[in-house]
Amino acid sequence: MSQQYVAAIDQGTTSSRCILFDRDGRIVSVDQREHRQIFPRPGWVEHDADEIWANVEVVVQNALEKSDITPDQVAAVGITNQRETTVVWDKETGEPVHNAIVWQDTRTDDLVRELGGTEGQDRFRAACGLPLATYFSGPKLRWLLDNVDGLRGRAERGEVLFGTMDTWIIWKLTGRHVTDVTNASRTMLMNLSTLEWDSEILDAMGIPASVLPEIRSSSEVYGEARGYLSGVPVASSLGDQHAALFGQTCFDPGDVKGTYGTGTFLVMNTGTEPVTSENGLLTTLGYKLGDAPAVYALEGSIAVTGSLVQWLRDNLGLISTAPEIETLARTVEDNGGCYFVPAFSGLFAPHWRSDARGVITGLTGYVNKGHIARAVLEATAWQTREVVDAMNADADIELTTLKVDGGMTADNLLMQILSDVLDAEVVRPMVAETTCLGAAYAAGLAVGYWPDVETLRANWHKAAEWTPEMEPAVREREYHNWNKAVKRTLGWIEHDEK
Amino acid sequence: MPGRIQSIERAAAILRLLAGGARGLSLAEISRSLELPKGTVLGILRTLQHVGFVEQDPESGRYRLGGGMLSLGTRYLDGNELRTRALNWADTLASRSGESVRIGTPHQGRVLVVHHVFRPDSSRQTLDVGTLLPLHATALGKVLMAFDPLVTPLEEASAEEGPVVLPSYTRFTITSPGELEKQLEEVRDNGWAWEAEELVDGEVSLAAPIRDRRGTAVGAIGVRGAVERLRGPDNRLDMEQVSYVRDAARAISRELGATPY
Repeated sequence: MSQQYVAAIDQGTTSSRCILFDRDGRIVSVDQREHRQIFPRPGWVEHDADEIWANVEVVVQNALEKSDITPDQVAAVGITNQRETTVVWDKETGEPVHNAIVWQDTRTDDLVRELGGTEGQDRFRAACGLPLATYFSGPKLRWLLDNVDGLRGRAERGEVLFGTMDTWIIWKLTGRHVTDVTNASRTMLMNLSTLEWDSEILDAMGIPASVLPEIRSSSEVYGEARGYLSGVPVASSLGDQHAALFGQTCFDPGDVKGTYGTGTFLVMNTGTEPVTSENGLLTTLGYKLGDAPAVYALEGSIAVTGSLVQWLRDNLGLISTAPEIETLARTVEDNGGCYFVPAFSGLFAPHWRSDARGVITGLTGYVNKGHIARAVLEATAWQTREVVDAMNADADIELTTLKVDGGMTADNLLMQILSDVLDAEVVRPMVAETTCLGAAYAAGLAVGYWPDVETLRANWHKAAEWTPEMEPAVREREYHNWNKAVKRTLGWIEHDEK
Repeated sequence: MPGRIQSIERAAAILRLLAGGARGLSLAEISRSLELPKGTVLGILRTLQHVGFVEQDPESGRYRLGGGMLSLGTRYLDGNELRTRALNWADTLASRSGESVRIGTPHQGRVLVVHHVFRPDSSRQTLDVGTLLPLHATALGKVLMAFDPLVTPLEEASAEEGPVVLPSYTRFTITSPGELEKQLEEVRDNGWAWEAEELVDGEVSLAAPIRDRRGTAVGAIGVRGAVERLRGPDNRLDMEQVSYVRDAARAISRELGATPY
């Protein structure tokens, strides 16, 4: 009876958190601490990896102490993390050789173009599932090797280690240098079929294999923690979006989760074979449990969703808090003919058009701020529809239920519109912290705290559900209008303005 | 530096007193509490009434805070915002209690459901956000009335001359304003409310107030479920459930800036 809880450490972009869960998957205790965002130049974003580790130690201890839980009551600890953020440290001293380069950082812009060469951004796509882009870790690591004094030599002599944030935290906790398949899948360096580092890509990017961690499953005991959590098995690692997929118990092919925050991340479980996207989605890992076959996924992200509501609040002042968008949108029956395509920095999945810019269209003298508020909410729904249509086409599976989480799920009107435009059920689970829950589940499974995934499924409960109420003819017409609006965003940028 | 003005200090004391006396106070009660002559109190009350800071109930003659006072320095709490701030805590309550959770705010003499979390089982349930519930037959409504003097039941005109008629939903619904008032007094003492089969046969609900940073009750959170589950064998409420509801209410109040003491 002594080991009653599983701890999840969520090392996120703005903060680190620790949540303790009980056997029913309920939150017992939470602690959180923000870290600094370091902006050395426009477009550059860094984190201090030592500061992050110090915060992780504090939030773990606080979360336990807040609820009078001792480390020996913790059955396992799982890690979930901001993906792609890259850190390199000295093997002997543990000191980072440079600040961690954050996923949003665009310093590798020229480098990725150079790496694409004549074949362009899809040069490595068949092997790793990803187009060359500034987000991913491989090019960031290459940048460090090229730009930190003497680093390449130290790397070739095996004196330094590379990791994404999961690897950094696990190394700090246990001294083991490992990562899991989901985090490795975001480096561009892992081969999707073998789940090993791809030597051709390593050669092409000029990365010595000696700095790379061992790729393990998402759910197994990597080692025992030292320090405060002394003796507790460290037993899972999942990138944040993959953890949310797992926490939403999307265990079957065709299950889709959507995390609605400032941006939106949609991930579909596609089963044990990787699906190559014909429609601009990314092929990635869902999760891998111990020795069981890896589960693959398709991912489509939407850059501007919740941030459009913030834009309405901060740049137009139409609302004073984000939740008021629902109040304002409910002052009208429909969008009044108005459509808002927030292509603020181009269109992403499934269009991938960097020459696009945002439009508000269909304006007449009739349109008021309520209609614009509605168009803002509808923009999130139609962008979801575009990604879901692409997923359905690629995976040849029809979506029936979308499992949602994230801050925007508090907006009931948005959830109803989402159900209407997708013509599918939209379901919000009882525990909104699906990212942490996913990491806890994977860790708990690894140590036998939970016997199997069926038990986890039984823990999953609906907190709310929305079903489609829109007439098919209306849906058709609105989608047609949305597509017209999307066309009007294209070609706004007429030449490369870099 | 000019001295303090006694009558303004007295006016402030009266306003503070009225803010605490949920159902309004009589002239005699106010003058007794503040140890001031009735004439003095009446003069101040009339002045405050004139500027809209105090209202007098035409029936009972009791004084209470006026609408002008309540709109001073307060930003109206948007129901959608309340839901957003309460989301995690309402989920936790549903998961701990095993029952469905609702958050209500007062709306034109009734309770407006601004948030609803399903009971955590696999039964089919429908979201009832936006529904209006009667104040006097729900725990949410009793909490709202007990802690906010301006919340009163929708008055339904009765056929014959007479006082307010509270509509009946079951044989247990409280229809007498006097009895309701007695119950609200209890609710204020306890800090939470419950109701057994007063709205729907076989169902029990219980609720506690959500307060903002000024201590004003801006809403109520509660659970509703089958009488067999929520009421113990001795016909009393399951006190564990009460503590879950009060924990959730306190947590949301903290989220809104209320101090926990």
